[in-house]
Amino acid sequence: MTLIEYKNFYYRYKGNEEYALNNINLKIEDNKFILLCGETGSGKTTLIRCMNGLIPQFYSGFYRGSVEVAGKDTTITAIADLSTEVGIVFQNPENQLVAMNVEHEIAFGLENLGIESGEISKKIKEVTKITEIEHLLNKAPFELSGGEQQRVAIASILVLEPKIIVLDEPTALLDPYMAKKIIELLKEIQIEKQITILISEHRLDLILPYADELILMKDGNLIEHDNSNKIINGINFQTLRLNKPVIYSIFNQLKEEKLFNQYIPASISKVINYLKGL
Amino acid sequence: MKDIEKQLPLILIDNVDFTYPNGTKALRNINLKIDNKELIGIMGKNGAGKTTLIRTLNGLIRPTNGAIYLYGENIASKSIATLSKKVGVIFQNPLHQLFSNSVKDEIEFSLKSFEFTKEEIQNKTNEILKEFNLEKYRNRSPLNLSGGEAKKLALASIICRDPDIIVFDEPTLGQDGREIEFLINLIKNKRKKGKTIIIVTHNIEFANEHIPRTILMADGLILADGPTEKVLGNQILVEKASLILPQTHQLNLALKKSGIQCPNDLFSKDKLINFIRDFIKNKTSEIVEGND
Repeated sequence: MTLIEYKNFYYRYKGNEEYALNNINLKIEDNKFILLCGETGSGKTTLIRCMNGLIPQFYSGFYRGSVEVAGKDTTITAIADLSTEVGIVFQNPENQLVAMNVEHEIAFGLENLGIESGEISKKIKEVTKITEIEHLLNKAPFELSGGEQQRVAIASILVLEPKIIVLDEPTALLDPYMAKKIIELLKEIQIEKQITILISEHRLDLILPYADELILMKDGNLIEHDNSNKIINGINFQTLRLNKPVIYSIFNQLKEEKLFNQYIPASISKVINYLKGL
Repeated sequence: MKDIEKQLPLILIDNVDFTYPNGTKALRNINLKIDNKELIGIMGKNGAGKTTLIRTLNGLIRPTNGAIYLYGENIASKSIATLSKKVGVIFQNPLHQLFSNSVKDEIEFSLKSFEFTKEEIQNKTNEILKEFNLEKYRNRSPLNLSGGEAKKLALASIICRDPDIIVFDEPTLGQDGREIEFLINLIKNKRKKGKTIIIVTHNIEFANEHIPRTILMADGLILADGPTEKVLGNQILVEKASLILPQTHQLNLALKKSGIQCPNDLFSKDKLINFIRDFIKNKTSEIVEGND
C-alpha cells in the first residue's frame, strides 16, 4: 500500500534561486524500514518537510507537482490532519517537547483528537512500555537526558498510531551508546507495529544493518530508491561521499581487487556468515 | 612543581577541579599532560565534562582548584584575549560564534583583534577564504550559509589567526563524508606545520581511524588515557563512557567468537582488509587444490 506519493514535485524556498527539490517522484510503501541518505544540503530535510504539509503550508516558497499522504493532497489538507497519518520527529527533541511533564506530553496529541481519558491512559501505558520510559512519566522534559527526550518525542508520536514515522537525524545529538539504543528501538517498533519508519541519518554503521530500503539524494534530486542491498552495491552509493561503515570500505576494496563478487554485507553477522561459508 | 616545569609539556593540567555555581562538579581531579604536536581526542557521554575541560584551556572557565600551565606558565593570570592567540577553540554550534554581516567581515573581525597590519589582514582573509572554499560566499551573511558551510566559516575564523593549539568541539557532527575528508586533510596539514590538536568527539570511527591518543571521560573524571585503539577496545570502559566499540573492534571480536583464527589486534581498516584478503585467498586456493 502506498502511504506517501510525490509526483513530479519541485520546491524552491522563497529567496533562493535554486530548487531544493527537483522533479521528485517517490512512492513510500507500508511496513518498511527506510533510510534516507545524501550529502549535507542534498534536500533530505526539505523532502521530509513535505510529508506532513509543513512545505508548502508553513515554509514560504514555490512548488510544482504534488505530494499525497494517504491519498490526501498535502498542499490543502490541514497539517493537524496529516499528522495523524505521518508523525515527524526532528533532530532536537527540545524544540518539540512543550508540556509540564512526560505524561502530559504524550497525552497532548490524543487530547487534541478528543479521545476519552481511559483510552488515553491505556495508550500511554503501552507506548511508554515500548519506549522504556515508564519511570519518567512525572518528570519535566527539561530534566531528561538527550536520549530520554528523544524517547519521549518518539512515544508522543507513536501514541497517535501514525502509519508512518519520519525521523530527521534523530541521533545527531546523542552519544553513540544512546544512538544505537534508539535505532534498535525504532527497528523493534517498526516490526511490532508493522508501520513504516523513515530515517535520515549520518551514522550509517548503526542503521544499515536494519534498513529494508534506501533513498539516495544528491543536489535536490532523488537519484535512487530501491532495496538496500541493491543500493549499497551500486555505483551511486559508492560515489556519494557519505560516512560509509568500515565493513563497507573493506568489502568494497576487496571487490575492486576482484577477490569478492557478492553483495557487500551490511552487518557484522553477515560478514561472519560469508567468511564461515567459504 | 620545578620538575614538571623542567619537562615543559605544552599543556599541563594539574589536579584541576571545576564546580559550577549551582554545585555541579563538572571536573574532578583532572591531571593531563599534552605534548607539542600531539593529536588527541577527548570522548565520553554528554555531560561528562569534555566541553568544560576544553573551556579551561583558553580561560573561558577558570578552575575551582588546581592549575593549568601553558609552555610551563600558569595561565591563571592570563586574559582570554592573550590565551586565544595561542589556543583557538572551535565550538560545536557555529552560530554561537558567527555574528558579522558577511563572510569576509567575519574573518577580518577575527584578525583585527590581533596585531596585524591592514594589508596583512586583507591577504590573510583572501588566503583563508580560498583555502576553505568560501570565496564564492565572500559577501553573503553567515546566517544564510548551510550548516556545513557555517561550520567551515567558524573554523576558518579561528584558523586564520594561526594558533599553536587548535581545539575542536564535535567537528564531525552533522557532517557528510566530503566535509569530514576536508577536516581530515586540514588536520594533517596543521600537524605538518607543528600544531597541537585536541578534538572532542562522539565519532568513534573517526577517532579510531585518525586520532592516535584518546582520553575517556565520565562524570567529570578521566577514566582512561592512552592509545586510541586500546582505550576504545576496552568494552567495560567504553560502555561506562556511553560509547560503543568501533566497528573494527566489533568485527575482530565477532571473528574470534565465530572460531575463525585471527590476531587479537585487528583494530584498523587496513589490518582487517589484509586479514580478510588473506583469508579469502587461502580458502579459494584450498578449493583449487581440492579440485586437483
